[in-house]
Amino acid sequence: MSDTKHKHTPAAAATPAGKQEYTITVYTENQVGLLNRIAIIFSRRKINIESLNTSPSEVESVHRFTIVIEETEEVVRKLCRQIEKQVEVLKAYYNTADEIVWQELALYKVPTDEIAEKVKVERLLRENGARAVLIRKDYTIFETSGHREETDKLIRVLEPYGLIEFVRSARVAIIKTSEGFHKKLKDFETAEPGEEAMENEYLDDREEVFTM
Amino acid sequence: MSIISEKVSSSPKGTAAKPVTEEISGSEIVMRALLAEGTDTIFGYPGGAIMPIYDALYDHHDTLNHILVRHEQGAIHAAQGFARVSGRVGVVFATSGPGATNLVTGLADAQIDSTPLVCITGQVFAHLLGTDAFQETDVINITTPVTKWNYQVTDASEIAETLAKAFYIAKSGRPGPVVVDITKNAQLQKVPFSGYTPCNHIRSYRPKPIVRNEFVQQAADLINKAERPFVIFGQGVILGKAEKEFQKFIEKGGLPAAWTIMGMSAIATDHPLAVGMLGMHGNYGPNLLTNECDVLIAIGMRFDDRVTGRLDKYAKQAKVIHLDIDPAEIDKNVKTTVPVWGDCKETLPLLTSMIEQKVYPQWLQKFKDCQQKEEDKVIKEELNPSTDILTMGEVINTLNELTKGDAVIVTDVGQHQMVACRYAAMNQSKSNITSGGLGTMGFALPAAIGAKFGAPDRTVVAIIGDGGIQMTIQELGTIMQFKPDVKILILNNKFLGMVRQWQQLFHEKRYSFVNIESPDFVQVAKGYYIDGQSISKREDLKNALKTMLDHKGSYLLEVMVGKENNVFPMVPQGRGVSDIVLSKEEI
Repeated sequence: MSDTKHKHTPAAAATPAGKQEYTITVYTENQVGLLNRIAIIFSRRKINIESLNTSPSEVESVHRFTIVIEETEEVVRKLCRQIEKQVEVLKAYYNTADEIVWQELALYKVPTDEIAEKVKVERLLRENGARAVLIRKDYTIFETSGHREETDKLIRVLEPYGLIEFVRSARVAIIKTSEGFHKKLKDFETAEPGEEAMENEYLDDREEVFTM
Repeated sequence: MSIISEKVSSSPKGTAAKPVTEEISGSEIVMRALLAEGTDTIFGYPGGAIMPIYDALYDHHDTLNHILVRHEQGAIHAAQGFARVSGRVGVVFATSGPGATNLVTGLADAQIDSTPLVCITGQVFAHLLGTDAFQETDVINITTPVTKWNYQVTDASEIAETLAKAFYIAKSGRPGPVVVDITKNAQLQKVPFSGYTPCNHIRSYRPKPIVRNEFVQQAADLINKAERPFVIFGQGVILGKAEKEFQKFIEKGGLPAAWTIMGMSAIATDHPLAVGMLGMHGNYGPNLLTNECDVLIAIGMRFDDRVTGRLDKYAKQAKVIHLDIDPAEIDKNVKTTVPVWGDCKETLPLLTSMIEQKVYPQWLQKFKDCQQKEEDKVIKEELNPSTDILTMGEVINTLNELTKGDAVIVTDVGQHQMVACRYAAMNQSKSNITSGGLGTMGFALPAAIGAKFGAPDRTVVAIIGDGGIQMTIQELGTIMQFKPDVKILILNNKFLGMVRQWQQLFHEKRYSFVNIESPDFVQVAKGYYIDGQSISKREDLKNALKTMLDHKGSYLLEVMVGKENNVFPMVPQGRGVSDIVLSKEEI
């Protein structure tokens, strides 16, 4: 899967100076109401969430949010501080597109007769990295995953044949340099946490500020 | 009457090593939890969905002193006053629906002013959740933005653990309000209970950041090299119970220090290094010289917009050191040169040990010069007016003479609040109880009631405007019934004075709905069997204040003051701190 820097869509390119796409990864406890507590951190500041996914993580009982927003780094950093401040949040990270590997899943429903008659289905699937999930007499459902432009491309391919339904999932992302949360969690569980739990990428990153 | 330890010690023979497990109701577990947490005072109001808890309270009313307020907003403000003056967790009971929604203002106030509260709300039966049942509201979602943490309990077996977490979260780290919403079935349900274990660790919650010595050292280096260092401090010093550590720090470093409204009283207002209050209506020197210092040392404060004025004109020349327990505050508003994370109770002694003993006579002289200018242009006339009309400032000044700075001063919001905080003398910590961040009119009367319960040995004076008192005046009923000795000082200018001041200064004197009429407050108080009087003459002021303070029990004193007096100095909104003006002619 491509891990090159994500090309901005035309809409993203038009955002005000300094803003860019950030993917926020939040490790949390699994608790009712936490989604709202995190969501209002954005809505209170009138920041639109482009994409939000919640799922289990590599650690049992720990949940993982993947949130995509268009903002400046300063704003994203402050947002992560506010997120991490929530009692049931273990850790929040933010990354630019080139620091993560990400995917979205898309489903497409098309009329079977149209598509079978007019298209070389096998080639279409191959060229778009797609597969048929369900084939019925009346309709067929295709699935593909990838970056936005890849799932968008298949919409354009299928539209001439009468695309009945289209849906795309939220982004899921993995931070390239992350070692996962197993080790960190152990540290969080001790009463006197070490540097692991308290590490702060922001403090570590700003050495130059201290040269006076 | 029983508390846990008694229950445990009364265990039958043979099982003495193990705690006894008994079947008790969720409501009884609430009582045991409160007692185990050392709660002795609850402010609340009963209702349908919290009746089982009140039923359990019936058996504990001699150890859990419940103050029946007249409105749930009164309960939560009282709990805030209690918490702020005592440093303990304030506890509130309210029922579901309107009872819970009436807490929202107080929650927002406690959240922004970091006040530790545990609010227990009743909720409809779990099987009715989401059915629009009678007095059902979605309390958890309504209160999420204004609580540090909240949780809905639907099973009695969760109550002990949830309350243990609630108290721990409310009081640890940067304190804040917590709501625990308990459905009625959980209150009634009987479950095995084998004792209450306080919480001291939640794996996802880090109340105190690790102190990083290298940053403390960097901060010390900056301070040691500074020529014009300036300390600005907030409530963090008080919340961290670090008043002594703070005093040692500024005294060793010879550092002039100014407080935010929330930090007031952390050091005595007459301390030689105390240079006054920051902010829109703070003192002239600290505002002006914020933009002349070379190292700005911010301690337990959050650079509120009322403190900073325009951010792009705020202390741009200075290196900024920020000590705070809440990592989210670092760089939130003002870019920090050296962040010192941690509890200032730990970081201040470290920092003190690393700084050199110093004095800055010339730099301090600048503050004195500014103070003199403010005396000449503002304070003299405010404290010794050339007209017969009383000013708010002279009332506070006369009060100082009588209380000697020993009283707890509880203020509401508006001109009287600014004047009280500008002129009140305070010689011990936790003396200034006010709604700082939220600016909640109606705060003072209930907060003063709570403050008296939290500090029964101290004189509590509630200073309130004629507008604010009318927002929660029903709490006179609470005073009538429970008799906390609260001195109510109404400064009546027959206006919503602060808004009027702004309309005069910035809206061409278009006085839009600031002309508020008042009842005869003395008569109203009389209706509640509270003594009082109203005065308007200077010759009566001192005696009237003395009568109020000497009176056995609560007393209401209304002082009629100048209608169109303004509070100065002022940093006009949208301007920098060094644009502070001393009179309306300068705006």
